[in-house]
Order: sequence, then structure tokens, then C-alpha cells
Amino acid sequence: MNSITPMWRSTVGKKIVMALTGAALFLFVIAHLLGNLQIFLGPEALNRYGHFLQSNMELVWPARLGLLACVVLHIVAAVQLSAANKAARPVGYEGNPHPVATTYASRTMLMSGLIIAAFIIYHLLHFTVLVKGLNFSGQDFAAFQDEKGRHDIYRMMILGFQQPIVTIFYLVAMALLCLHLSHGIYAMFQSLGLKPGCCPGFPRALAKWGSILIFCGYAAIPLAILSGYGREYVTAPPPDPTVGKEMK
Amino acid sequence: MAELDARIPPGPLGQKWETHKFTTRLINPANKRKYKIIVIGAGLAGASASATLAELGYEVHNFVIHDSPRRAHSVAAQGGINAAKNYQNDGDSVHRLFYDTIKGGDFRAREANVHRLAEVSVNIIDQCVAQGVPFAREYGGLLDNRSFGGAQVSRTFYARGQTGQQLLLGAYSALCRNIGNGGVKSYTHAEMLDLVVADGHAKGVIVRNLQTGEITRHNADAVVLATGGYGNVYNLSTYARQANTTAIWRAYKRGACFANPCYTQIHPTCIPVSGDYQSKLTLMSESLRNDGRVWVPKRKEDCAKKPADIPEGDRDYYLERMYTAFGNLAPRDIASRAAKTVCDEGRGVGETGLGVYLDFAEAIQRLGEPKVRERYGNLFAMYHEITNEDAYHTPMRIYPAVHYTMGGLWVDYNLMSNLPGLFVLGEANFSDHGANRLGASALMQGLADGYFVLPATISGYLATQNPARRPATDADSFRLAEENVQHLTRRMIENKGQRTPASFHKELGRLLWDYCGMARNQAGLERGIELIAALRDEFWRNVKVSGEAGDWNQSLEQAGRVADFLELGELMCRDALHREESCGGHFREEYQYTAADEETKKGLVNPGDVKRRDDPFAYVAAWEFAGEGRPPVLNKEPLVYEEVKMSTRSYK
Amino acid sequence: MKVTIKVWRQKNRGAPGAFQRYATPELNANMSFLEMLDVVNEQLAQRGEEPIAFDHDCREGICGTCSLVINGKPHGPHKGVATCQTYMRSFHDGQEIVIEPFRARAFPIIKDLVCDRKAFDRIQHAGGFISVRTGSAPDANSILVPKPTSDLAMDAAQCIGCGACVAACKNASAMLFVAAKVSHLNLLPQGQPEKERRVKGMVAQMDQEGFGGCTVTGSCEAVCPKEISLDFITKMNRDYAVALMKGEPARAAAGGAG
Ligand SMILES: Cc1cc2nc3c(=O)[nH]c(=O)nc-3n(C[C@H](O)[C@H](O)[C@H](O)COP(=O)(O)OP(=O)(O)OC[C@H]3O[C@@H](n4cnc5c(N)ncnc54)[C@H](O)[C@@H]3O)c2cc1C
Ligand code: HEM
Ligand code: HEM
Ligand code: SF4
Ligand code: F3S
Ligand code: FES
Repeated sequence: MNSITPMWRSTVGKKIVMALTGAALFLFVIAHLLGNLQIFLGPEALNRYGHFLQSNMELVWPARLGLLACVVLHIVAAVQLSAANKAARPVGYEGNPHPVATTYASRTMLMSGLIIAAFIIYHLLHFTVLVKGLNFSGQDFAAFQDEKGRHDIYRMMILGFQQPIVTIFYLVAMALLCLHLSHGIYAMFQSLGLKPGCCPGFPRALAKWGSILIFCGYAAIPLAILSGYGREYVTAPPPDPTVGKEMK
Repeated sequence: MAELDARIPPGPLGQKWETHKFTTRLINPANKRKYKIIVIGAGLAGASASATLAELGYEVHNFVIHDSPRRAHSVAAQGGINAAKNYQNDGDSVHRLFYDTIKGGDFRAREANVHRLAEVSVNIIDQCVAQGVPFAREYGGLLDNRSFGGAQVSRTFYARGQTGQQLLLGAYSALCRNIGNGGVKSYTHAEMLDLVVADGHAKGVIVRNLQTGEITRHNADAVVLATGGYGNVYNLSTYARQANTTAIWRAYKRGACFANPCYTQIHPTCIPVSGDYQSKLTLMSESLRNDGRVWVPKRKEDCAKKPADIPEGDRDYYLERMYTAFGNLAPRDIASRAAKTVCDEGRGVGETGLGVYLDFAEAIQRLGEPKVRERYGNLFAMYHEITNEDAYHTPMRIYPAVHYTMGGLWVDYNLMSNLPGLFVLGEANFSDHGANRLGASALMQGLADGYFVLPATISGYLATQNPARRPATDADSFRLAEENVQHLTRRMIENKGQRTPASFHKELGRLLWDYCGMARNQAGLERGIELIAALRDEFWRNVKVSGEAGDWNQSLEQAGRVADFLELGELMCRDALHREESCGGHFREEYQYTAADEETKKGLVNPGDVKRRDDPFAYVAAWEFAGEGRPPVLNKEPLVYEEVKMSTRSYK
Repeated sequence: MKVTIKVWRQKNRGAPGAFQRYATPELNANMSFLEMLDVVNEQLAQRGEEPIAFDHDCREGICGTCSLVINGKPHGPHKGVATCQTYMRSFHDGQEIVIEPFRARAFPIIKDLVCDRKAFDRIQHAGGFISVRTGSAPDANSILVPKPTSDLAMDAAQCIGCGACVAACKNASAMLFVAAKVSHLNLLPQGQPEKERRVKGMVAQMDQEGFGGCTVTGSCEAVCPKEISLDFITKMNRDYAVALMKGEPARAAAGGAG
């Protein structure tokens, strides 16, 4: 059955692609957030998690490729649609600069999206490819090892977010992601033709609170670190017992 | 003199249509493609006809002045459509619908046509439902009905307050289907400005493209006019602003007879005029009279009071008082005149004194506001928009307004005019409503004509024609017709006058309303004829049309239509003047029942009701154009009643 | 009351346009907005200037002919009301009112405030119907339609085809119109057989006409004179997705069967 070409050709079909890829990205963002939040469980937990991922490349790579495909499809569709939409409505209205009854988020989806894309690239270089010059701490994150000889992600994060510029950029990106999702999640339901008869308000509610929670979750990490969380870990040894207690 | 043969089939009334369909010559499927039919208009009549003719295989070309066929004024019909389905089991039948319609028309319609209308009414509902028209339903999933004026059964099908819209969208969807598959070629923003007659047969039209001003010729084997009513001749009416008489009027000037032009319907429930800037009057559907009660104060002095401050005892529910059997559902002509009477007595309400109350307090008590809201919500909203008053808490103010024209081009049983090859459908013809139309029966007629009647009868004419010998568009008949149009256009554009077409239209409207409106008399009509003639002369001396001919030019469009109205208005007065009787919508003050009459004593009628004079006037008056400046010729088609006997029309 | 209007004037399709200011004479607050324009036009004609071209017909909110973007809002300030049902009492004395035509590539301007909305008809030709030949219909009551279903279909069917949704949408998307048309027929039992071909055909035509896609911004619903609900867009997206799954030919719907 050839439904792919008509799907990609029609505006409605393309929105379905965006919605599906968007949904996948959304799920990743949640999973990734949960993973990252382990930082508050201490170096042991986080590093174990990171090690688990890195030692199961046969699982990670498919996931990575899948994600990559989603981001690419999502972006290509987004750019193409936005271009078509602009072409369909070349002239605005003198009487009122903003389209009636629209939200800021809905008007800026492309921009927020593109900036998120830029963030992702930086972020990968920062924490995955571990490019030394990009972390502004002067140290080589790749070299970090914890006592069990695993890649010390904990230390990497602490040092990474002790750099105010980095943290600020992350926070901005998180804010935009939140903005993007605050419309995106709702739009996703509409584009996929999902309307829970029981609770029609659900998509809007999920979009609103979901995006806010995601922002808080992500923002918590750099903010906590900037305000001193985990400083002892990177400035130790000598290890201080009290600190040690805190962290078990 | 035109010769008027109604071509009514022989045989008993109930079988005429069946027999006729059987005896009418057919055209074999292979040949249908060769026949080209022009249909002007895509209202209920035009759209349904175009679609059905295309399904049969004819090559159909459809023209409308609107930017889309879906905008025809049928879209504005609110109340509903009649059909003798008897789903309510309340004693309805084809015969009852037939009789109600004949009686409603005050015995001035053709028996055979009306009976056929009642017969096909049932197929219309089937057709529309199959098309997806979302008629109102009961919880069981069956169709719901409501009652309308002039009937004691519940036979009206409706879709909220937008029945016409839904029926039109149904017909339009059928049209779209046939445009999509190439059966119909659709021309929009295209105004027919002349009819082409070649050796006695209608063979084409001249059309102006409203966007570009380009004028084109189109030929065909038959021409169908479904261009609606001419009520806008009164300027203020419930019609759309673009509604006009141009198509049928120019056909009249090419030899088609114009029947009963003076039969106009004044609808009792419209929003009263509020000022001279007013451009149109808005109808409040007759269905409101199902639950609304019409009243005025008993005493003049109370008129200024707020309705709430007038106790039951001091209210005069005059329809219920005067017409006990039908009460608030008395037919339109009667309800309208009653309103005029009470207002003339000085008992009218509202600042102009030209208004009566339509009160829902009782209904809201009985049914509760939600139910009333469900039934009439959009009408109440519309009323609020216009008047800024909330009819749930204070009664509506209503007054009669021009709403429908029973008159139109004369047609025979086949819907063909006296000009062979020219067919006329819907409100544009005179056929089925006599001197007064009952509510919910115009939609019925438009669809009957378009879906079922014309498709069955037109083959009878086409079979006598040879498409191979259809005159080409470069024939003299076409050239002359186009020159005629070009000349008219140039004359209007080049005229360097002072007054706008709109100002002439306003003045004509006021004249007609005063002299040829709800009540008419000899002196007034004679005066009207003089004044209109004078106004027409001034128009041609003093009209000012801005813009150019080769461009979108609404001022030019309007001028052309007003010019035709100015001629039609005079014909209406002439017809009203010659018809020395009262019947249905035509009320001659000289001919009304008085307390002295037998019928009044017997209690059949009220003093002031219309008094028919069957002996001299039981005929259709078909006027024939006799050339510019010459008085039109009157032709008569006698009305012979085999089934029903003409009786006094009583709703008491 | 008196107002000044700032109107878009454009000679014809190709020509460039510009805004023009006009002062109205004394007005009555009970005038409709279009009657105000009538008055201004009479004045212009008297002065020998060309009247402002604007579309209108029924003047009771049902034909969908009137357009106009009034102070940046298609169909003017009120909710669920068309331009022709807008009254001067909604504006204040001395106000400046900006009047513009609908703006969309698929709705080219013909003159001044009049635009060409034929694209809507072409979308309808591509599947906005149930294929039923005249005379072939069964008895009306042989098709039972649950009241809620027919009420919902009626909600969609009320669309007057005015195009305000397109005019309001930042993408000039026709989704609300098309969704209303598709849903009206796809909801009813009579519409089931052609469900997939209908939605595919009409969406394909919509795209061909150069309307934008829907990014769910909701302007359309906000200005729709019949308050057609966004839920119909959701419904159409679902119907479309299902149609894609079933993989029916898209264009086959155009014109339907002979
Ligand atoms: C407000 C209102 C409410 C009504 N309510 C009801 C009701 O509830 N029940 C009922 O039964 N009846 C009702 N009626 C009457 C009924 O709606 C009309 O009589 C009927 O719809 C007329 O349909 P039609 O097809 O004959 O003409 P229309 O629907 O008027 O169509 C006329 C067509 O002709 C075209 N046209 C006109 N002139 C030209 C030209 N020169 N060149 C090219 N094309 C042209 C137009 O573009 C249009 O397509 C109502 C009427 C009004 C005004
Ligand atoms: C983690 C990253 C991202 C997530 C989780 C995400 C999520 C979503 C979701 C759920 C939608 C709704 C789909 C729909 O409209 O039906 C959406 C829409 C959109 N996204 Fe993304 N997106 C992400 C990244 C991006 C990027 C990188 C771009 C870059 C261009 C982008 C641009 C858009 C645009 C333009 C829309 C359409 C808006 C609309 O339809 O209203 N997104 N996104
Ligand atoms: C404060 C916020 C964030 C933190 C602390 C963070 C942290 C990290 C870390 C430590 C890694 C490396 C994991 C490893 O190498 O094992 C990583 C990888 C990644 N992050 Fe983030 N991240 C954050 C936000 C985001 C956001 C918002 C996105 C997407 C929109 C994102 C997308 C990714 C991706 C795609 C990877 C690569 C995963 C892989 O290795 O395949 N991150 N992140
Ligand atoms: S959906 Fe609403 S705004 Fe769009 S065309 Fe229909 S009625 Fe007009
Ligand atoms: S405004 Fe446009 S973006 Fe979608 S919701 Fe309406 S069509
Ligand atoms: S003029 Fe008909 S809807 Fe406004």
C-alpha cells in the first residue's frame, strides 16, 4: 500500500508526520529528563546509568538513529510547511498585526524549534562528543573517570553547569522547548485526530502542565549546580564525611 | 396575440402526471449528449434542474450572477418545506396538500399543476435525505415535522431555521458532482442580459461577465430560466440585494408572456422598518407562529406602554379572535392584512407605530426556555442582532414586508413558456401558487420543478429539435441581441446625469408600496402608473452611473436592474388595476366583504376579507409585450376546475 | 454618530492598491455596517468618484457573500456574526475603522474589497457530495439517523462558505471550511460509502488551490460567523489518516461517478 507519498505531499499528511515525530521526540525528552534527574541521587546512580547506556551500544545506536531520523523528518516537514504557509498568506492586516486569537507559542513554533535544534547540536558536542573547547571549563570531560573506572558523568555535569554562559544557554533552550511543547503537544492531538470524548480538555491541559513540568525538571539541574550543588564533589579530595553522608 | 395552450394532459386529475410522463416523447441515451441546454440560475430550481439534466446525459451550461452557485437566495429560506408524507399520521395526504395549496392560492392556480406538485412532494424529501440534508430528527432517528400557515396538519420538514440553506447545499452538491465529472459547465459572476430568439424559438442568451465586463453569446437547443422572484421591485423586501427581474423581464420583451405580475406576497412576520437608510427587511420565519402569539393593545392609549405593563385583559390577540380555526397560523395574506388593519386603527406598536407584538411568554411557560431556544434559537439571535432586544423576555415587534412573487413568466404544464424552447422554473414562473403562496411550498415547488418535472417534460420539446441545426452564435439573431445589450450598457454609462440608480430604486419602491402594496384601489393604481412612467423618463434623462463598462462595476449592474424594475412596476400596477376583484395577496379595497354580505352573516369570513369575483376573473392574466411605448396586450388563460369547486376561502 | 473609514482601494486584479480615508456623513447607530458603506458610496457617486466595491447579497448572515476585514478581524468585532449583521452601534462616534479585503493567495482580489473565492467551489467539486442520482433514493424514513448524529452533522453543515476562516488564518488555511464540509457528509450514514474518497479528494484539491496548512492556531474558529468548531478539523484529520491507511486513490473522488 502506497500511502507514504500522498501523506508527504499533502499538508494534512505532513502534519501527521510532524505529530508522530514530535511525539517521539516528546517521549525521548521525558525519558531523558528522568535519566538526568538521577544526578540528585548522587554520582553512583548517575554514572551507573551512563555506564549502562554506553556499554549497550547495540541498544543505544538504533535509538540514536531513530531519534536522528525523527529530528530530521520533523525539521524538514516543519520548514517545508512553514514556507508553504507563508506563501499562502503573503500580506498581513493593517488593522491588527497579530492573527486573531492566536497564542505567542503558536506563532513562533518554527523559531523556537530551530533554536532547539541549534541547542541540540551544541548539546551533543558538549556532553556526547565531548568537544573540549565547548565546555568553557578548560578541562577535558572525556578524561573524567570515577573510582569504578566509569566515565564520570556526574563530575562532567557539575563542572559543565558551573559555567554561567553554558547554564544560561541551557535555560534559554529549555524555556523555548517548554514554549514549543506548550503548543506542540496540543497541536499533536489535533493533527492525529485524537479527541478523547470523555475529557475533551485533556490535550490542552497536558500541553500546558506537561511543558511546564518538563521545563522545571530540566531547569532544576543547571540551577542547582550553579547554586552550589555538588561543588564538594569536584573540589574533593580530601573527602569530607558530612558531604559523603549527604550524598548517600 | 400570443396563443396560450396550457397543454394539460387528459384523464382524471390523479393520473394526469403518470399518463403525461408515459406519452411524452423521449430521447435515446446516445443522442442526449448532442443536446445542449442553458440553465440560468442555481437556486433550488436551477441547481436541481442542472444536476438532473446532466445526470440524464444532456450537455448543460449553468449561469449565475453570484460568485458561487451556492449563494442563490434560496439559501435564506428559513422555515421549511412541505411534503405529503403523512409521517405524523395526522390525516395528511397528497390530496389534502393539493387542496390546501389550491385553497391557499385563493383558487387562482391551475389544478393539474398543483396536484402534480403534491404528488412529487414526497420524492423530494427522499431525494434530499439521500443527499445528506440534515433535516431535524426525533430521538428515534425518524424525521421530525412542524406546522405552517394555512394547514391543519404537520407536514413541514425543516433543518433548524436554515431549511433553505440545507436544501440548496443539497442541490448544490449534486450540481458540484456533475461539474466535477464534466456534465455541467458552470459560469459564475455571469449575468444574462438578453434572450436570443431564432425563428420563434429560444435558442440562446447574451451574458455579461461581471468581473471583466466582457459580453459573450451562448447558443443552445433550449433555455431554462430559474432566476427567482422579482420582489426587489419594492426595493425594501426580504430578498437578497442582488435579486432582480432582468432575466425574465428581457425574456418578456422577447415575447414571453408575464402572468399575474400583481400577485405579490407580503409576509406578516418581518422586522419593522427602522429608518430610510434601510437596505433590506429581515424575515422572522413563519414557523415562529407555531408558538408565538400575535397581539396589539386593545386601546390606542396603551401603545406607548411597555408590553409587560399591559395586562392580559387589555391585549387583543386579533388573529385568534378573528380566525378561531387557524388562529396565529392563518395564511400570510390574511395575517398581513390583519396587522395592517390594526395598525391603521392606530393600535400599532413601536416608535413608527407600524408593528405588532409576537409574544413567546406563553410558549416559554409551556415548553421552557431551552426547548424554545432549541427550536428558534438562531431566529431569536438574529432578532437580537438587528434590534438589540431579547425576545425571550420581551415580545418581538413584527410587521409585514414584501416576501414573494406568485406572478412570473407564463408556462404551460410542461413549464414551457409561450416562447417554444424557453422553460421557466421556480419562483420565476407563475405556475402553482395562484394569488397567494402557503408557507413552505416555494422550496417544494422549486425542487419539484428542477428534480422531477422539467427533466421529464423537456424531452418532449427537444425531440422536435435537431441539435445539428442549432443556430450558430454568429447568426444575426445573436448579433442583434448582443448589439441591443451593448447599446443599453453604453447608454447608461454615457448618460451624464445627477441621480444614482439606488435613489431611483428607493423612490420606485416607495411608489409601489403606497399604490400597489398590501391594499390597492383604482385611483391609487392609476396615479401609480403615471408616477412610475414619469420616474422612468427621469431615470433615462438623469441617471448617473460611475465606473466603466469593461470592469467590475456594481453601479452599472444596479442601473440595469433598476431600469427593468421601472418597467415591471408599471406592468404590476396595470395588472392590479385591471383585476377588479380581490384574491389572495391582491387586495382591492373596492372588493371586500362587509357586514351586509351573506358569507359574513354565515360567519365564513370577516368584514374586510378579500372578495373574489370568479365569474369575470377566474383566469390567468398573461401580459404580452407590444413594443416600447405601447400598452401591453392582455391574454387570458381561463382556470377550469374539474376536481375542486371554487368556494369562499374561509379560515374561521 | 460619524466615523472615518480607512479602506483598501484597488482598481482590479493586477493593479496595485492603497488605503484611502473617507469621512462618513451623520450616521444612525441602528444602521448596519453595510448600510454605512451604502451611504458612503452614495456620497462618492454624487461627487463623481467611483464607489467602493464590496461583496454582499442576503444581508442576513446566510449567503456567505459579504466579506471584509474590519479592524483586522474578518466579519468585524462580534463573535458568531457576519459582516452584514454587524451594526454601527458596535462602534463609537469619531472612531477610525480600517476596512480591508480578505487576504489569501487562493483568494485573489478582484476589486477594492471584493475577492474571488471560487477555489472553495473547486474543492466541493472534488468530493463535497453524496453520489445519488435523482429518483434513485429510498423512502426518507428508511434511513434512521440518531438525533445527536444529525444535530452534529447540522452543526457542520451550517458553514456559509464565506471564507473568513481562510482570511483569519495566519497560514490562509482552508481547513475549517473543508473540515465542515467533509464532516457534514462523513458523519451521516448516507455519507459512509464515499467517506475516504471524499476526504482525500477534497484535501488534495485544497492543497492544489494554494491554501496553507493548519498549525492549530484557532483564529478560524474565533471569526467563523457560524462558530464552526475546531473539533471538525480534528475529525477530518482522523478521517484522513484512516483513508491513508486504507490507501484509496485520492483523485478518484473528483466528480464522483457519472
Ligand atoms: C427570507 C426568505 C425566506 C423564505 N422562506 C421560505 C420557506 O421557509 N419555505 C419556502 O418554501 N419558501 C421560502 N421562501 C421562498 C423561497 O426561498 C424562494 O421562493 C425560492 O427559494 C426561490 O428559488 P429559485 O430557485 O426559484 O430562485 P433563487 O433561489 O432566487 O435563485 C435565483 C438564481 O438565479 C440567478 N440569477 C438571477 N438573475 C440572473 C441573471 N440575470 N443572470 C444569471 N443568473 C441570474 C441567481 O444567481 C440565483 O442563482 C423564502 C424566501 C425568502 C426571501
Ligand atoms: C526535542 C525537540 C522537539 C520536540 C519534542 C518537538 C515536539 C513537537 C510537537 C509535539 C509538535 C506538534 C506536532 C503537530 O503540530 O501536530 C511540534 C510541532 C512543530 N515543531 Fe517541534 N519538536 C521538537 C523540535 C523541533 C525542531 C528542532 C523544530 C525545528 C524546526 C521544530 C519545529 C516544529 C514546528 C514548526 C512545528 C509545527 C507547529 C504546529 O504545527 O503548530 N520542532 N513539535
Ligand atoms: C539540563 C538539561 C540536560 C542535561 C543535563 C542533559 C544531559 C545530557 C547528558 C549528560 C548526555 C550524555 C549522556 C551520555 O553520554 O551517556 C546527554 C545526551 C543527550 N541529550 Fe541531553 N541533557 C539535557 C537536555 C537535553 C534536551 C532538552 C535534549 C533534547 C531536546 C537533549 C538531548 C540529548 C541527546 C539527543 C543526547 C544524546 C543521547 C545519546 O547519547 O544518544 N538533552 N544529555
Ligand atoms: S467555516 Fe465558518 S468561516 Fe469558514 S467558510 Fe464556513 S462559515 Fe465561513
Ligand atoms: S486558523 Fe489556521 S492554523 Fe488551523 S486552526 Fe484555523 S486553520
Ligand atoms: S450578505 Fe449574505 S452573509 Fe452577509
